Amino acid sequence: MKKKIGVYVCHCGGNISDYVDVEKVREEIEKDEGVFLAKTTMFACADSNQKDMVTDIAEKQLDGAVVASCSPKLHLLTFSAVAERAGLNKYNYIHANIREQASWAHSDDKVGATEKAIQIVKAAVAKVKRSNALEPIRVEATNAVAVVGAGVAGLRSAIELAESGSQVYLIEREFFVGGRVAQWDDLFVSNETGKELITRLYDKAMNHKNITLFTGAEIVENSGSVGNISLKVKVSPRHMKLNCDEGNLEKAIEVCPVEVPDKFNFNITTRKAIYHNFPGEYPQLPVIDMEHCTRCGECEKVCKNVDFSQQEEFLNIKVGSVLLATGYDPYEPKNDEFGYKTIDNVVTLPQFKRLVHYCDDKLVYKGKEVKNIAYIYCVGSRQVDGENKYCSRYCCTATIHAAITAKKKYKEIYNFHFNRGIRTYGKQEVLYDESSRMGDIYLQSFEDHPPVVSKVGDKTMVTIKDILTADKTLEVEADLVVLVTGMVPRQDNSIGSLLKVPKGRDNFFNEIHMKLRPVETVIDGVTIAGASQGPKNIMESMNSSLAAATKSFSLIAAGELALSPTIAKIDADNCEWCGKCDDACPFSALTKTDVNGKQVAVVNEAVCKGCGMCMPVCPSNAIELIGYTDDQIESMIDALVSTH
Amino acid sequence: MGAEKVNKNPKILVFSTEKISDPAIDMAGLLKLHYPPTVYTITVPCSSGIKPKWILRALEQGFDGVFIAADGTDCPYGESCVDKTGQLVGVTQEILKEKGMDPARLKMAAICSVCSEPFVKHVKSFTKYLMNSSN
Ligand SMILES: Cc1cc2nc3c(=O)[nH]c(=O)nc-3n(C[C@H](O)[C@H](O)[C@H](O)COP(=O)(O)OP(=O)(O)OC[C@H]3O[C@@H](n4cnc5c(N)ncnc54)[C@H](O)[C@@H]3O)c2cc1C
Ligand code: SF4
Ligand code: SF4
Repeated sequence: MKKKIGVYVCHCGGNISDYVDVEKVREEIEKDEGVFLAKTTMFACADSNQKDMVTDIAEKQLDGAVVASCSPKLHLLTFSAVAERAGLNKYNYIHANIREQASWAHSDDKVGATEKAIQIVKAAVAKVKRSNALEPIRVEATNAVAVVGAGVAGLRSAIELAESGSQVYLIEREFFVGGRVAQWDDLFVSNETGKELITRLYDKAMNHKNITLFTGAEIVENSGSVGNISLKVKVSPRHMKLNCDEGNLEKAIEVCPVEVPDKFNFNITTRKAIYHNFPGEYPQLPVIDMEHCTRCGECEKVCKNVDFSQQEEFLNIKVGSVLLATGYDPYEPKNDEFGYKTIDNVVTLPQFKRLVHYCDDKLVYKGKEVKNIAYIYCVGSRQVDGENKYCSRYCCTATIHAAITAKKKYKEIYNFHFNRGIRTYGKQEVLYDESSRMGDIYLQSFEDHPPVVSKVGDKTMVTIKDILTADKTLEVEADLVVLVTGMVPRQDNSIGSLLKVPKGRDNFFNEIHMKLRPVETVIDGVTIAGASQGPKNIMESMNSSLAAATKSFSLIAAGELALSPTIAKIDADNCEWCGKCDDACPFSALTKTDVNGKQVAVVNEAVCKGCGMCMPVCPSNAIELIGYTDDQIESMIDALVSTH
Repeated sequence: MGAEKVNKNPKILVFSTEKISDPAIDMAGLLKLHYPPTVYTITVPCSSGIKPKWILRALEQGFDGVFIAADGTDCPYGESCVDKTGQLVGVTQEILKEKGMDPARLKMAAICSVCSEPFVKHVKSFTKYLMNSSN
């Protein structure tokens, strides 16, 4: 146990000393037998005090240090760095919070606050006495990254990583790249179309030697840990030889007798079992949808590039980090939600975008020309009863943008926006302004009185109690009702469970800290980008994909990783391998191993996060968390109740 | 602790967590939302990693109550935290019953990273409970 501990009690100007008698704290703590010196200081974080601490620690050969000051969130790192500068291992520094948890919390009770501060510092001293120098766990890192999803976010991250010097495996589940953006023509806020954006990204990615793209591919197995992650990738065949003769191909598509709803167009059109999404989609090679193909062989007869002999393949790759950019799904309204699927002229915003793409000079839906369009906002977002409490961010702007596009493209379009308050934040506000100037009508309600879509004879009516006109009931006869559907997590998000990435309350992948660590997850080495993390527009997706690429790269670039040593430790003498810890560990960090003929648990140091979930379930108390050992915690408890 | 002790200022040990409940408790201080100074905290990484042994130690050494400021669904180590914290609290309360101790001396509530007011409410009402129950 340590005998030469230095304790520094901070006044924090007066933030602490106005409510806590710091001199009394110092006197009390000086009595502790392990404490070699105890000082008060006006500002512990000031340069001058940091220098004094370095001198004290180095010259007096202190073996432990405690600073009693503000919250560790503010200055734990400051003081552990001071310790290191003085040659003291940073794990021999312990922080005591006597500002947020004593002087400020009890500014109404100086005696009580002082008493509490003394106990807090005593507990810190008790802990530091039982602390040991620790070194980070070092593991080798492979300079390669698996980017999952080749939407805008995945493509952009892949390019960034490749340019930084990493090997990139870009793994796309669909047979074509581009994700959702490939499905949108005109985009807010610039004039580039989705297809143009994707073309630029795709060309750049394909021209980089460090990027290998797999389409029809999915990760099916995952093992190892940051720096050394082994992935098994299942690659489904396109059933198409690489070189393709356009003419024959068109014929092949023509002769295919199978027609299925076209998911690319959100089912407003159909496609064949052999298909490409639209001429020019990447890779520019069609695919046979084996789920619907009847193997009739018609296409094979007219196109010699069809190849039914191609087999599923499994590839094993090794990477240092995984970047998830798996995007989102549009919210699918429930049956009869605002007349969806029960009233024939109700569509979703994604369907509307595709419809506008396909209709050239007249907007026609189900054979009927459309003039009056009613947009119903926040469908599947900001729900009062449902799960989705969040705002989907993109949709107010996308709707107004789509409304303007339709109005400019076709004659006599009248747009009616049934909204709950428009959120065209930032630069997007200019679109709101433009649409208002063009004569679009905005009607608004609160969440408890949404508009009602009903069928009256052969007319579709949308009714609202409009709060902008003092709750007047207003009615619009709509030729088309567009449900402004929000964003939801991918329906098949099993990749998240496979990599053990936690989800947030909104069910999207969750970052470690919303503000300070927005693209890292608690799984070391797994970063998240784009709309997989929550609703984002393209610019926001780009921001996060560049951040995630940088984070993934910085982890592995040095070829070696330093991981936190505060992890679980098994006492092999006490462990009788019952497997309970293994069941409790959410990261599969524990495995069974043989030690001198005895089956015991062993911790994979690179995987363990140091959460401690394994500890309470161990029937023989064979697990301790370094930095939170029984000895440390129990001595802190004793110190907190001790009387002096 | 002795049953005859007059419990004017019951001592409470709070197990809080680095990333979730600590910020809330710190913010309670920042906002000067006063609560009894006989409430102390020990920080752990995750509320589902608290050993029943530690709780018993605290109660046997002189704390009147132990409050677990649980991560709840916000736990950075995943949602299983909720069940696991619940389980360890259940197990410990069983042990308390077996020992003839009041299981309500162990209390748990999820305290999110901005739940300063709920935290203060919880420790105040827990203090009140412990004051009245110690006869
Ligand atoms: C109707 C509508 C209009 C919009 N209009 C605009 C606009 O005008 N301007 C704008 O800025 N934003 C717009 N957006 C938002 C835009 O679509 C998103 O910001 C963007 O698509 C997010 O890109 P992403 O790469 O994160 O996700 P996605 O585009 O969803 O791409 C994710 C990719 O990952 C793949 N994937 C998923 N799971 C797996 C897996 N397990 N393994 C491998 N691959 C997987 C998917 O197949 C997909 O290719 C609009 C959105 C909607 C719904
Ligand atoms: S962006 Fe607009 S339409 Fe979308 S959820 Fe938010 S408020 Fe509703
Ligand atoms: S401390 Fe957490 S991550 Fe480490 S072995 Fe235990 S349960 Fe698993």
